[in-house]
Amino acid sequence: MTYMRLNIVLVGLLGVALVMIWRVFDLHISERNFLQKQGDARTVRVEKIGAHRGMIRDRRGKPLAISSPVGSLWVNPRLLGDGVEQIELLAEFIKVDPQVVRKKLHKNKNKNFVYLKRHISPDRLKPLIDLKVPGVYVAREFHRFYPAGEVTAHVLGFTNIDDEGQEGIELAYNDWLKGKPGSKEVLKNLYGQVVKDIRPLEEARPGRSLSLSLDLRVQYHAYRELKTAVQRYKAESGSVVILDVATGEVLAMVNQPSFNPNNRAKINLDHVRNRSVTDVFEPGSTVKPFTVAAALQTGKFNVKSKIDTHPGFIRVGNNTIRDPSNRGIMEVAEVIIHSSQVGITKIALSLEAQDVWNMFNQVGFGQSTGSGFPGESTGELPNYRSWKAIDRATFAYGYGLTATPLQIASAYLTIASGGIKRPASFLKSPDVQNVRVMETHVASDLMAMLRKVVTEGTGSRANISSYTVAGKTGTVRKVSETGYQDTRHLAFFAGITPAENPRLVAVVLINDPKSKEYSGGSVAAPVFSRVISGALRLLNVPPNNIDEAV
Amino acid sequence: MSQDFVRRMPDAGSGFGKRTNWIETIHLDFVLLLLLIVVSLYGMLILYSAVGQQNGPLISQAIKFGIAILAMVFMAQISPIFYLRIAPWLYCLTVMLLVLVLLYGPVINGSRRWLRISGVGGFQPAELMKLVVPLVLAWYFHDRHLPPVSKHIFWTLVIIMVPVLLIAFQPDLGTSLLICVSGLLVLLLAGISWRTVFTAIGAGVLAAPGLWFVMRDYQKARILTLIDPERDPLGSGWNIIQSKTAIGSGGIFGKGLFQGTQSNLDFLPESQTDFIIAVLAEEAGLFGVMFLLIMYILIIGRGLLIAIQAQDTFGRLLAGTITFTFFVYVFVNIGMVSGLLPVVGVPLPLVSYGGTSIVTLFAGFGMLMSIHTHRRITL
Repeated sequence: MTYMRLNIVLVGLLGVALVMIWRVFDLHISERNFLQKQGDARTVRVEKIGAHRGMIRDRRGKPLAISSPVGSLWVNPRLLGDGVEQIELLAEFIKVDPQVVRKKLHKNKNKNFVYLKRHISPDRLKPLIDLKVPGVYVAREFHRFYPAGEVTAHVLGFTNIDDEGQEGIELAYNDWLKGKPGSKEVLKNLYGQVVKDIRPLEEARPGRSLSLSLDLRVQYHAYRELKTAVQRYKAESGSVVILDVATGEVLAMVNQPSFNPNNRAKINLDHVRNRSVTDVFEPGSTVKPFTVAAALQTGKFNVKSKIDTHPGFIRVGNNTIRDPSNRGIMEVAEVIIHSSQVGITKIALSLEAQDVWNMFNQVGFGQSTGSGFPGESTGELPNYRSWKAIDRATFAYGYGLTATPLQIASAYLTIASGGIKRPASFLKSPDVQNVRVMETHVASDLMAMLRKVVTEGTGSRANISSYTVAGKTGTVRKVSETGYQDTRHLAFFAGITPAENPRLVAVVLINDPKSKEYSGGSVAAPVFSRVISGALRLLNVPPNNIDEAV
Repeated sequence: MSQDFVRRMPDAGSGFGKRTNWIETIHLDFVLLLLLIVVSLYGMLILYSAVGQQNGPLISQAIKFGIAILAMVFMAQISPIFYLRIAPWLYCLTVMLLVLVLLYGPVINGSRRWLRISGVGGFQPAELMKLVVPLVLAWYFHDRHLPPVSKHIFWTLVIIMVPVLLIAFQPDLGTSLLICVSGLLVLLLAGISWRTVFTAIGAGVLAAPGLWFVMRDYQKARILTLIDPERDPLGSGWNIIQSKTAIGSGGIFGKGLFQGTQSNLDFLPESQTDFIIAVLAEEAGLFGVMFLLIMYILIIGRGLLIAIQAQDTFGRLLAGTITFTFFVYVFVNIGMVSGLLPVVGVPLPLVSYGGTSIVTLFAGFGMLMSIHTHRRITL
C-alpha cells in the first residue's frame, strides 16, 4: 500500500461520495417541484361531503321525515385479500355468517368497492373504525327516518338507500329536499383511509325543509279510524281524504293497507300506492249533486221541481234502472236525499249531455287536482259527444266515469266553498287560486240538500254531535271481467262540515266491505262521523249545533 | 514495504505514549464512539417517525443498539493478535455454517438465509461473513509480500468466491455482492497493480452482457427499472418512484418531523428498513440528509485514520476494509434509494431497523477500536 495507492483510493471514494451528494441535491432541489406534485397526486384526494336531506314537517312543525347520519361499511376486496381473521371480524360485526362474507368477497375479488352493510349507526361503527383494518372503510351517509311510520307512509313516500326520493312527496320534492353535496380536500394513505382534512373546497348545501299541509294529529286519528273500519268490514282497502275548504290543503290522507317505510326490507309493493290519489273508482251516487248542479244551473230546474219516479223504474234503451222502492213524485232535493236512481236519470235525460259534462269537468272530474303528487291519476270522463242515452243516465249517478277519492273530495270542496274551485295542495299555505265554477245559489241549494241527506236521508249515520254535517253517500257495484257484481261494492261517503260555515271536506271510501251492510250510508258514513268529529275537535272548530247535542 | 509505509507516515505513532484517557484504557476510541452514538440516536429519531411514532419498535431497536454496543466493547477488548490467530478457523467455521444453511435452513420468502438454534433463536451466517472475509484476507496477506503475486491473487479470489457463491445460492444477491466488493477492496488496498485492476474491470464490462442471460427475471426487472422506473410503476418501479417522490418532496428544510406524507401514509415501502433515508429526506429535507452524510463521512474518516495509524499489515488491511465496507453500505443504500443503483436489499447502516446488521456493524467497529487501542507502545 503506497501513498499513491491510498490517495487514488481516497480520490475515488471522494468522487463516489460527491456523486451521492449531487444526487441528493438534485432530487431535493432540481426535481423538487415535480416530485412534490407527484407526492400530492398520491395522497391528496377530493372527497364528497354528503348533504343532509331536508326535513319534512307537518303543518304544525311536527317532524314527518328526518335524516340522521349513519355509516355504510364497504371494503376493497383487492386490499382486504382473504385473511380469515379480517373476514371473521367483519362477519361478526355485521352479524352474518363468515361464509356469506367470504363468498361476497370472492365474487368481487377483482373489484375495488363492495358494500358489506349499509346504514349502520355511528356508535356501532366506532369500534370498527378504530381498528383501522386496511381495505375496510366507512362511508358517511344519511338514513331517512319516518317517525309516524305507516300513518304518513303513502303521502310521504320514501327515499332509496342512496337518499333519492322514490315515491310520494319525497319524489315530488326531491330536488328541493336533497340539497347539494360539497367537497373537500383530504389526505389519504395507501389504503385509502382519510388521515387528515386539508381544506374544504365547496360547502355542502343541506337540503331545504318542507312544511306539508298535513296535520299529524288529524292524520293519526283518521288512520286509526280507517284501520279499525277496514278490519271490521274485512275490506280490501280503504281511503280517507280530508281537505281544508278555505285553501284546498290536504289535512289528512290515509289509506289501508299501509306499509312501514322504516323497514324497507318487508315492503309489499301492493301496499305502497297512495290509493287516494292513484287509484280510480266509479264514484257512484256521490256525483249526483253535480248532475243536480248542472240541472239547477240551466234554470230548467229548481229545488222544488217535481220529478215523477213512478213506478220505481225506468227503461232507457235496453236497460232498466231501478230504485229500491217506488217513491212516486219527488222534489229535486228528495232525489238527492233518498238517492233515487230513477229521479236523477230523468233529470239527466232532460238536460243536454254537454251541460252535465261541463259541470263534471269544471268541478274536476277527468282532470288533475293540481296537487302535483307523483303518479296522480286524473280518472276518466268520456267526452259527451260519445254519450248514448244510457250513458247520459249512468253518468248522472256515477257509472261510466272514474275518479280518485281526492278528486271527489276536491269536487265537494267546490260545493262547500260556494261554487269556487281550489286546487288540492300537499304544501302548507299554498297560493290559493279561486275559480268560480258554480253559481253561489246553486252551491247553497246543494248544501241544503246535502244537509238533509244527513238529517233525513241515506247519510244519517254520518251525523256528529255538536256539529252540522252535509254529505252524500255512494254505494257502487264493483266491476269485474263479467260485468257489475251484485256482491262486491264500494262504500263512499263524501261530507262537508260544519254545514253552515264549511271548514272541512272529507271523503271516505271502504273498498269491498265483506259484511251484511255494505252501503255507503252504513259502512262509510259512520267512519266519516268518527274521523271528522275527532278532526273538528283537534282543529278547534267551534261547535255550531250544541242544542242538538243536548 | 509495509514497514516503509508506516515510517513514511508523517504522524505515524504520534499518539503513542499519551494514552492516559480512561476510555482508551478500556480499549475504546472516544471519537468513533461519540460519532456512532450520535448517528444511532439520530437514526432512532428517524425510525420513530418511520414506524408511525410507535414505542414498540423503538424500544426493540434501542435494545439492539445496547446489544451491539456490548458486542463492540467485547470485540474491542480482544487483541488483534487473537483475531489473527483465529481468522482461518473462523473462516472455515463460517463457511461450514453457510453450507448448513443451504442444507437445513428454513425457507423464508423463497430463500434460505437463517440458521435456527433451538432455544436461542436464529441468525444469518452471511452477516458474520461480512466481518470474516476482511479478517481472513487480512490474515492471508499479513505475512506475505505485497503487492501480491498472481498465485496469491488467485487464492485470494478463491477465499472470496467460496462464501460469495454460497450466499448467492441462498439466494441473497445483495449480501453476496457486498462481501465480494469488500473482499476485492482488500485486494485493492493490498496493492495489486493497476493493470490487473483495469484488466479485471474491462473483463467485467465485457462479461456484463453475458451476465444478463444468467440473471433471474426479478433481477432483470430491477436493472430495467433502474433505467426506466416508469416501465412498471405499480410493480418493480413502485419502490423507487415512491422513494424519489418522498425525497424530492422534502425540499431543503423538509416537511417537518412526523409530517411526511409519503412515509407516514404507507406509500413508501420498506420505510423502516432499506428505504428509511427517504423518510429522513422527506421530513428533514436536504439539511437532514446532509447532516447524516457528514456524520458518515466523519466515521469513515476516523476509520481511515485508524487504518493509517495501524502498525502492521494485518491491522491496516482489516481496519481499511471494515471502513470501506461501511462506506460501500452507505453508498449502495443511498444510491439505491435515490435511483442511481438497482434495488438490492442493503440497509442504511446504523439507521435502518433490524438487529443482525447493527450487531455486525458495531462488532466491526469494535475490531477497529481493538486495532487502534492495542498498538504496541514501542515501534
